[in-house]
Amino acid sequence: MITVHNLTKTYGENTVLNIDNLEIPKGQSFGLVGNNGAGKTTLFSLLLDLIQPSSGYIINKDVQVDQSEDWKPFTSAFIDETFLIGYLTPEEYFYFIGELRGRNKADVDALLSNFDDFFHGEILGQKKYLRDLSKGNQKKVGIVASFIGNPEVVILDEPFANLDPTTQIRLKGIIKDLAAKEGVTVLVSSHDLIHVTEVCERIVVLNKGEIVKDIHTSAETMKELEAFFAG
Amino acid sequence: MLKHFIGLQWKSFFRSASFKTEIWFKILMALGALYFIVMFLGMGVGAFFIIEEMEIGDPLRVVNQFMIYYLAFDLVFRYMLQKMPVTNIKPLLYLPISKTKVVNFSLGKTIISFFNIAHAFFFVPFSIVLLTKGYPPLQVIGWHLALMALFYCNNFINVMVNNQNTVFYVFAVLFIVAGASQYYQWFDITLYTQPIFDFFYDIPWTAIVPWVVLVGLYYGAFAYFKKHMYLDGGLAKKQTEAKTENLEWLDRFGNLGTFLKNDIKLIKRNKRSRSAVIAGAFFIFYGLLFFTGALEVYDGPFWKIFAGIFVTGGFLFSFGQYVPSWDSSYYPLMMSQNIKYREYLSSKWYLVIIATIISTILATFYIYFGWEAYAAVLVGAIYNIGINSYLVLWGGAYVKTPIDLTSNKKAFGDKQAFNAKTLLLTLPKLVLPIGIYAIGHFLISPMAGYIFVAVFGLLGFVFRDKVFTMIEGIYKKEKYKTLQAYKQK
Repeated sequence: MITVHNLTKTYGENTVLNIDNLEIPKGQSFGLVGNNGAGKTTLFSLLLDLIQPSSGYIINKDVQVDQSEDWKPFTSAFIDETFLIGYLTPEEYFYFIGELRGRNKADVDALLSNFDDFFHGEILGQKKYLRDLSKGNQKKVGIVASFIGNPEVVILDEPFANLDPTTQIRLKGIIKDLAAKEGVTVLVSSHDLIHVTEVCERIVVLNKGEIVKDIHTSAETMKELEAFFAG
Repeated sequence: MLKHFIGLQWKSFFRSASFKTEIWFKILMALGALYFIVMFLGMGVGAFFIIEEMEIGDPLRVVNQFMIYYLAFDLVFRYMLQKMPVTNIKPLLYLPISKTKVVNFSLGKTIISFFNIAHAFFFVPFSIVLLTKGYPPLQVIGWHLALMALFYCNNFINVMVNNQNTVFYVFAVLFIVAGASQYYQWFDITLYTQPIFDFFYDIPWTAIVPWVVLVGLYYGAFAYFKKHMYLDGGLAKKQTEAKTENLEWLDRFGNLGTFLKNDIKLIKRNKRSRSAVIAGAFFIFYGLLFFTGALEVYDGPFWKIFAGIFVTGGFLFSFGQYVPSWDSSYYPLMMSQNIKYREYLSSKWYLVIIATIISTILATFYIYFGWEAYAAVLVGAIYNIGINSYLVLWGGAYVKTPIDLTSNKKAFGDKQAFNAKTLLLTLPKLVLPIGIYAIGHFLISPMAGYIFVAVFGLLGFVFRDKVFTMIEGIYKKEKYKTLQAYKQK
């Protein structure tokens, strides 16, 4: 689904990302871990063509992302609050994204009804604009919005941070289902090793912009990761 | 402790985002401040002699008579523009500093605000002139001190009533009614207020009274602040109740409708964009200055075209000018969502066009000033639609300052507009149509001038697709820089 070729990103003298080759097959749940500054968000931003690669390129389902916009219809993401429109209510935001992805109100409502327990009654019908919701609730809205319109690739940056335990557990279920049942390629980054090992079939560790580990998740993965990060 | 506070203040001033602007904008701001200072100084020195010249009485008494308006105006002005001292309190709340100190410092800070100092530029020279004219020193000093206290009273009243819009509007209305009824000689409020100010002069020791009031107000403000220094109290952000709007009638426009819906909500729900649009609406009346002959300098034939452009282009200039910046807070979303750049740009273009057409319809009343006036408006509208709408979008590609939608800061105009490229693009927006008109006007007739400008506008309309492709290219090229710039709030 996604192929990365000789991708680098440098700011001045500083190389923040350097990936020779990375392939993510369709329907894989892919986890990205690394310390602050490892290049996780940089990689995701490159995937979404929000920054330009210094060299190399990314192919997303036959589309080179920095050359064509054709990856947009089947790719969705939630990186941070800049993906939310603060002056809309959650409903309006969902419908807006729905319309952009060719889904009418009924489609969106049908999708949202699956997330009732995820929302915990704090999102819909609250008479609040997104900007007035708490950080955690904003995140829920952003994550669910990225599922609208049956995307084939979903990119979530730090989806577990700021969420309450109940929601974290539910989110893990949702992500697993997406990849396993619907064949969606899910890319998740996290600082929380436990969450990623639980959710992702494959975990890639970035360190100072380079891939230092590429693990197929198994019972030993947690230990291996802990050993690595304990240094 | 005070040392720390002042250090923080110093840094917050010199490191603020707005301070790091282009050097010549700083110069412009300094010139602006200087202008006010010179105006006040000039009034301070000159007021005495002007009033004396007009022979409407003892200058001091005349000043006293209108003092109530001066004070009221000052209060309104402060309410609208003076920033509240609470902004930086939050990070200090949990530190080992007593609340009393924090509040005292925050309030104390307002004392040296420009809004207080500015008046000194009037009162100090005015008092000096009084002294040189042989007014008894003790009485002048008493009067001077009393008024100084009154302006500081305003300062603390403003601190206390801040964010109480109803109080403000009631006050503003009373103020306007008083002014109007004085003008029409129904009721003269100054008859009752002048003696108060005279009193401070006639019996100088009464100056103590306003000072006592001032101290009282300070403690009032102090107590009020201290009591409300909680995150859910005075420091809380105000929330408005949201209601979901569907605006389904826009659905028939497909993807375009989706964006238009969003833009309408953007304008309705954010302070900043609302005021931009309201400002734009006032442009409709701008033409009155030209067509009524109110100002002689505007009587030349070219000014009519100039007016036509402005009358119909209010929205274009006030909103269109900053096009991608309105979406700055969620630009990454727009750039990664299933949106083609072209659709995004054309939705903004349509918004500008619709607003221009509405302004043109609203401006029909210019027909009253003769066909030529309305022809100028129509031609201006055609030019705005055909040429300026593109120029505005084009210039937008270079405007890279994020807009904070929720605040209405920078009431004194926007520095965003001042960057070399956008300024250059202003030329074809205003100067070019005047030039085209002039050619027609001098070579053939005024009518031909209008036709020339209109033809130019129509030509732009014909080449729409070409122009859009070009603008799209520029936006794509600038995309990464824009994203980067919007990150830095």
